[in-house]
Amino acid sequence: MTADLLYSDVEEDLRASVRSLLADHCEPAALLKRAESTEPYDLKLWRSLAADLGAAGLQVAEDRGGQGASAREIALVMEELGRSVAPVPFLGSTVLATNALLASGTDHELLGKLASGAATAALAVPLSTGPDRVKSTVDVSDGVLTGRVGTVADASVADFLVVPAGDGLYIVDTGFTVSELVSLDLTRRVADVTLSGARGTAIATGAAAAEALTAALTAGAALLASEQLGLADWCLEETVRYLKGRYQFGRPVGSFQALKHRLADLWLELVSARAAARYAADCLARRDPDLPVAAAVAQALCSEVAVHAAEECVQLHAGIGMTWEHPAHLYLKRAKANQIALGTAGRHRAALATLVDLPS
Amino acid sequence: MSLTADELRERTRKLLAEHDFSDRLAFLRARFDAGLAWVHFPEGLGGLDAPRALQSVVDAELAEAGAPDNDPRRIGIGLGMAAPTILRFGTDEQRKRYLRPLWTGEEVWCQLFSEPGAGSDLAALGTRAVRDGDNWVVTGQKVWTSSAHTARFAILVTRSNPDVPKHQGMTYFICDMHAPGVEVRPLRQITGEAEFNEVFLTEVRIPDANRLGEVGDGWRVAQTTLMNERVAIGGHAIPREGGMIGIAAKLWRERPELRTPELHDRLLRLWVRSEGVRLAGTRLRQQLAAGSPGPEGSAMKLAFSTLNQEISGLELEMLGEEGLRYDDWTMRRPDKVDFTGREAGYRYLRAKGNSIEGGTSEILRNIISERVLGLPSEPRVDKDVAWKDLPR
Repeated sequence: MTADLLYSDVEEDLRASVRSLLADHCEPAALLKRAESTEPYDLKLWRSLAADLGAAGLQVAEDRGGQGASAREIALVMEELGRSVAPVPFLGSTVLATNALLASGTDHELLGKLASGAATAALAVPLSTGPDRVKSTVDVSDGVLTGRVGTVADASVADFLVVPAGDGLYIVDTGFTVSELVSLDLTRRVADVTLSGARGTAIATGAAAAEALTAALTAGAALLASEQLGLADWCLEETVRYLKGRYQFGRPVGSFQALKHRLADLWLELVSARAAARYAADCLARRDPDLPVAAAVAQALCSEVAVHAAEECVQLHAGIGMTWEHPAHLYLKRAKANQIALGTAGRHRAALATLVDLPS
Repeated sequence: MSLTADELRERTRKLLAEHDFSDRLAFLRARFDAGLAWVHFPEGLGGLDAPRALQSVVDAELAEAGAPDNDPRRIGIGLGMAAPTILRFGTDEQRKRYLRPLWTGEEVWCQLFSEPGAGSDLAALGTRAVRDGDNWVVTGQKVWTSSAHTARFAILVTRSNPDVPKHQGMTYFICDMHAPGVEVRPLRQITGEAEFNEVFLTEVRIPDANRLGEVGDGWRVAQTTLMNERVAIGGHAIPREGGMIGIAAKLWRERPELRTPELHDRLLRLWVRSEGVRLAGTRLRQQLAAGSPGPEGSAMKLAFSTLNQEISGLELEMLGEEGLRYDDWTMRRPDKVDFTGREAGYRYLRAKGNSIEGGTSEILRNIISERVLGLPSEPRVDKDVAWKDLPR
């Protein structure tokens, strides 16, 4: 079966619902105020998105408490979250933790709780971990977990942790502490997690656990590409809008060829990024054996396109782009953090070298 | 009621049953007469007024039978540019006279558009056409003319009125390349071969009956030609590594001794970009098939030309010492461009033309920024000035 790289009508309807919800909650001034408050995550928005709209359960089968849609729809939500740099734990809970549970094949009740939005979880690995770099820093003895994991995405608001420890994968709900870090990305936090004698429930061990973790990180990389795409799309659109209205030397700045050509090149990068992100999401949804290649291509392209778009957004907004009050910096911070998340572009290219037989 | 796929398949089988392939030209003429040349053209002109998408049904049936084709690569200018323009602006007589031998390849066409002083700014052209009774007398110089040395006819844009602004004073003709006063000179290029020509027109007499469109309306006619030129790109699906990157990847796999970390990094970056552009092409075709063409079409040529240049440059560096040699500088006159058949040095040099021919990358970026992103155009100083008063 060949990949479908378009958006279905159902997906477009979902986009409209998510976008309208986010428009009400992610006004730039509100985002900035929240980022510096004691509640950096918008949990009211999270409940509306996860529970009322059902976005947290899209990838989970109906008989396990989800919506029975697929990774394609998750990717669409990610695009919209990227467009609004929304402060919700979707990546940590719905993408990483949920995919780890799905890949482990467990029927633990946590899956249903995550799918319904009743609970939130995080996958206890450093956010920079790529699919080919899995290494646990947590020890396990008689089901008791001890260790420390740095820079875990969305751990700050997680009710549960999914923890790779020893040679297994465990669910933990108590016995861990989360210490908040000052994160580069103001709208997606990373935190250090310390487990000291936490009792875990094993959901996979041995090779199965390693495979589940790799699958979760591959799914994460495949889906994060859509967030990067959405983020880049916002940056381009907003920059075009600004350059049409900003006058210098008696002309709209957007009429100068030097700037038009930069934006045309950026648009061209987005055309490839969109195709690559859609392909990765579609491969994930269809369990296509090409998924590892698709995810690596999507990350290698989309992470760099998003950073380029955010950097152009700051530069072409010039002075205003450097200010705290303009949201461009939120996008740049998210884009740069995303470039490191789940494997840098260079690591994904190195993985491709093996996958497509172009050895060093 | 338009024809269905089954009816077209039936007609194609009938053609195959009634004509053998021993005489290639006779078979092609019969195919044209059966309306199976370009099915979306009108009946009597090689088509059946069928939906354009159904051409693939006919082509698949003929390919399976091993039927000879009309070698579209060799007659591309006639097929892609002259034919749609003649169909839209030609008289009935012109359509009857030109389309059949054009399609069968009996008569090759070339395009007399660019001039030394008018490339990207095509509407600045200065080849003069002066009315003389039932004829026009044309004098000027054209350049970058592929196939002029084999062409029987040309599509030609001229300046028929220098006293009005440049877009208004143009007239479009069909030019007989054998007419007195037409001189074709090879234009040797960067690769050593002469794929293109210069064409000098000295008091060439063109009957008014060979005019396409109204006097002074040549710009509008030329737009049809140019739009069709760009539509021709991105038509077929390619597999992974199907383009220029496949050649570089093969070299990498076969020659471990050429590998360095720096080349490895560049190769992987280009591989990823090639795959992204390939998927974008697939997405574009899916949009077209779903009846919702996106603006990506205008971008594909720009993306491919950049990639081809970078990949062919990398390939030459990968070869190191061997890259210092060239296969053959002998001046040749190819009738079609064989882009991948020659060696890395040729590919590197020929790829330089990809960002110039058929619209420069700079013009394509203008098109994207203005028509797709909606950015304002640069101020135009030439819009309301008579052509003769423009600085040049």
